[in-house]
Parts: sequence; structure tokens; C-alpha cells
Amino acid sequence: MLSIRQLHVRAGDFRLENLSLEIARGECVALMGSSGSGKTTLMEAVCGLRQAESGGIFLDGREITGLAPGARRIGYLPQDIALFPSVTVAEQIGFGPGLHGWKVSEKRDRVEELAEALGVSKLLGRKPQGLSGGEARRVALGRALALRPSLLCLDEALTGLDEELHAEILSVIRKMIARENVTVLHITHSSAEAGAIADRVLRMEDLIRAPSALAGNC
Amino acid sequence: MSEARPWRTRPELPFLLFLSSALMAYLGLLVAMVAANVVSVSMADLAEVLEDPAILHSIRLTFLTCTATAILSVLIAVPIGYLMSRFRFPGRALVDTVLDIPILLPPLIVGLSLLILFNRMTPSALFLILGGLMCVCCVVWLFSGKIKPVGLFGIFIGIAVILLWAGLAGMARMGSIESFFSEKLGLPFTFQPLGVILAQLPVAAAFAIRTVRTTFDQINPRYEAVALTLGCNRGQAFSRVALPLAGRGILAAGTLAWARALGEFGPVLVFAGATRGRTEVLSTSVFLEINTGNLAGAAAISLLMIFLAVATLMAVRFFTQRSLHS
Repeated sequence: MLSIRQLHVRAGDFRLENLSLEIARGECVALMGSSGSGKTTLMEAVCGLRQAESGGIFLDGREITGLAPGARRIGYLPQDIALFPSVTVAEQIGFGPGLHGWKVSEKRDRVEELAEALGVSKLLGRKPQGLSGGEARRVALGRALALRPSLLCLDEALTGLDEELHAEILSVIRKMIARENVTVLHITHSSAEAGAIADRVLRMEDLIRAPSALAGNC
Repeated sequence: MSEARPWRTRPELPFLLFLSSALMAYLGLLVAMVAANVVSVSMADLAEVLEDPAILHSIRLTFLTCTATAILSVLIAVPIGYLMSRFRFPGRALVDTVLDIPILLPPLIVGLSLLILFNRMTPSALFLILGGLMCVCCVVWLFSGKIKPVGLFGIFIGIAVILLWAGLAGMARMGSIESFFSEKLGLPFTFQPLGVILAQLPVAAAFAIRTVRTTFDQINPRYEAVALTLGCNRGQAFSRVALPLAGRGILAAGTLAWARALGEFGPVLVFAGATRGRTEVLSTSVFLEINTGNLAGAAAISLLMIFLAVATLMAVRFFTQRSLHS
């Protein structure tokens, strides 16, 4: 489970103060809020990309507040997908396992297994320039899940997709969440998307105003 | 209902005429300058210049020094460009300004400063200045209230103390930086070929830093963020993700540094001199030919340099445009 306790984060002149949040293991929580309310700042703090000034972040009972991003066991899928431009699909998905010293056969098996589940097996040799928007999101999801993370952070990962593709990728994400049994924190602006994917929907404003009232409240 | 009044349209011609006049006037000046050079040089002048052993030596030294300067500039520009693009730290605006100083300074002053640095200052004075500068940085860092990472802060203080200690310990020993390099290390700089590289370096490196920094600014930092969550440390995110993406920009920076080094004259003349067959490079060859009254020879060498500059500019455009498209 993910537990955020009285977190204070600063991003330039913007501050997130006294923020608390609990997400049960295997739960999918959609986080909504107006633009500039600090959703991405919070997610970056959880992923370790932004230092917390005070407070604590705990994942599966382990404090991760001061850990390096790569030691937190968190998969991250940003809004702009950010597939590495000069790297093939197979190398994208195998990037994390390669860094963590997995055996070549283990890495290959994991890449093939994820590629099959995501429906990108035929694209393993391609580079991002040759992928459609939907394919790129599938690959980025595979890259984020390759290390079997405890928490998957999705930062508006479905923004900009047309209706048909949106529904398709949403179902892929739902399938992969169930398959990998991963806890999910999903930022979105769409209440329909939040309702379709999440077990619980939280609003950023409420999170800051009344943190104690939030746990298990949706 | 009131009757719709006709909409007024204004002629576009005067504004377009103004834009094209500015372009034509400036372009005309540039083309006329090159054309004047081309028409004043005969094939015989070119042949004579290319057969002169001193000029041939000058061409060889120009290629060698420009290439060495370009390589050094890139080695300096890549870490500094990345640091300035990706990190926020106290005094960053001041550092940014200092990095641009070589571009703004009159070229002669760059050469004169090098001459004074190498021949009037002792190594211990240099250590004291560098150590003092690092101490000031540490104090600013301390008062900024963000002593993170603590390890880096400790290393910074350690280096500052070592530099100050080395400076104080060596104070009794006299001798300039130049004599230290030439006598202890066998690497003389002042009025020597190595000095040409050092004279070309400040301005060339400043341009390379600007180019590399712009390149990293254009690369989405989210790539490195994702790489960090997958297990990279900052160094790996730089070398495995950002650096390959910046490849063409870095090539452009190297090419630009090469071109800047080619045109460097003032610092080279003051710090390395213009000794025939020794420290003479193409820019100083033009100066020497004019001094000896050989205007045709000077024009022929100028033409050679114009050709090299245009070729370099085309290479930079090729690399930067491909870099933007990729």
C-alpha cells in the first residue's frame, strides 16, 4: 500500500503543504484536480523526482521518502510518454531489467511476456518514430511495468487520444493492472476516465484541505 | 438595423518593402565583401600562396590548433552545458554571465589577460584565487539553506581547503605559471604553438557551451526522469539517455568552435605571437602579408578562410537542423 503522511513539497514558488493520502494494496486511485493544483508535483515527489521538504512517503510499509527514484519500486508513465527516441521497443521494455542486472534470459522472457500481453510483439524491433499514439502508450506501459513495481504512477497518460483509442488503451491499462496486481495512482482531468478505471476517485483540493477524512472515503 | 460599414484594408507593400530592403542592404554588403575578395585574387596569387612553405605551415598549424581547440571546447562544453541546462543552484545567474564574458570581451583583452596570467602570476597565487572563489561559493551555498547533496558540499569544501593550503605552502616559491609549465612539465605556452590553442579556447568554448546548452534545453527532461525511475543514477541518465540525444548538437558545437578558432586573431597575436613558421596561423598570416605589403597574398589567404568558414557554417546548419528534426 501507499501511505503519504503530512507531506510538504516545494516546486519553485509553488508549495504543497500538509498532504496525506492512503491507497490500499492493489487499489486503483484516480487523482483529479484543477490545473496547477499540484497533482504532477505530488506524483513527482512520490516517484522521487522532487525532494520532499518534510513528511513521509511509505510504500508497502517501507519508507521511501529519501530513496533514489530507481530504488522505490515505482513504475512511472508521464503525460508525454517519453519513450527514448533512439531505442527499439524491446530495449525500451528491457531498459529497467537491464539496469537492475537481470539475466539476459530473464530479461528476454519478461520483455516477450509483456509485449504479448500488451499486443506489441510484432513491434519489438521498431523505434518510437514508427509507432502510433496507442502503440507508444502500450510500450511505455510495458516499460513502466517491466520491473514488477509495487506502485504504478500514471500522469495523464491518456490525454490527447481520440475516443476510440482512449477506450482501447483504458481497457489495456485495466487488464494490465489486474494481471500485474499493482497499486495504481492515476492522474486525470476526465471524471468519466476516473470512473472507468479507478476503485476510488480523489480530488487534490480535498486532499490538502482535510487529509484525515480521506482514507477509504470514496 | 444599421447598415454594415465597409471594412478598411490597408496596403501590405510598404512593410514588405521595409523588410526586404533591410535584408537586401545587409546581404548586399556581405556579398560585395566576398566578391571584392574573389575578383582581387587571381589563380596565380592563389598558387603562389599555396606554394609558400610558411603559408603551408600556417595552414597545417591552423588545422591542428583549430581541431585541438574544438575537441577541448566540446569536452568543456558538454558537462557545463548540461549543468546549466538541468540544474538550479545559488549564483547560477552569475555563473551564466561569467560564461558569456569571453564572447563580450574585446579579443585583445582575452590575449592580454592570458599573457598576464601566465607571466605575472605564480601558481600559488592562482591556487589562492581558486581556493578563495570556492570558499565564496561554499558560503553562498551554506546561506542558501540547501546543502544538498551533503557529500558534494563536503568535497567542495575539501578541494577549497587543499587549494588554499597549496597556495599558502607555495607562496615562498617564485616563478610564473609559464615557467612552471615550461620548466617542470616541458609545456611552454607563451609565444609557442601550444599558446595558439589556449588563445583560441576561451571564445570557442563559450560558443560551444551556448550551443550544447541550447541542445540540452531542447531535450525533454522527462526522458531522464523516466530513466531515473527505472534505476539509472543521474550519471547514467545523462550518458545513456541525454547524451545520445544530444549527439548532433554536440557535433554542431564542435564545428562552431572550430570555426571560431579559425577566425581568432587578437588573442593569438598577443599571447602566441605571429612568428613565421612557428606560431603563424591563417588569421595571423593575413596580418603578416598586409604588413609586408603583399595585399594579393593577404586576399588569397582570406579567400581560403572564407571558403572554410562557409563550409563550416553549412556543416553546423546540417547538424543543428537534423538535431531539431530528430
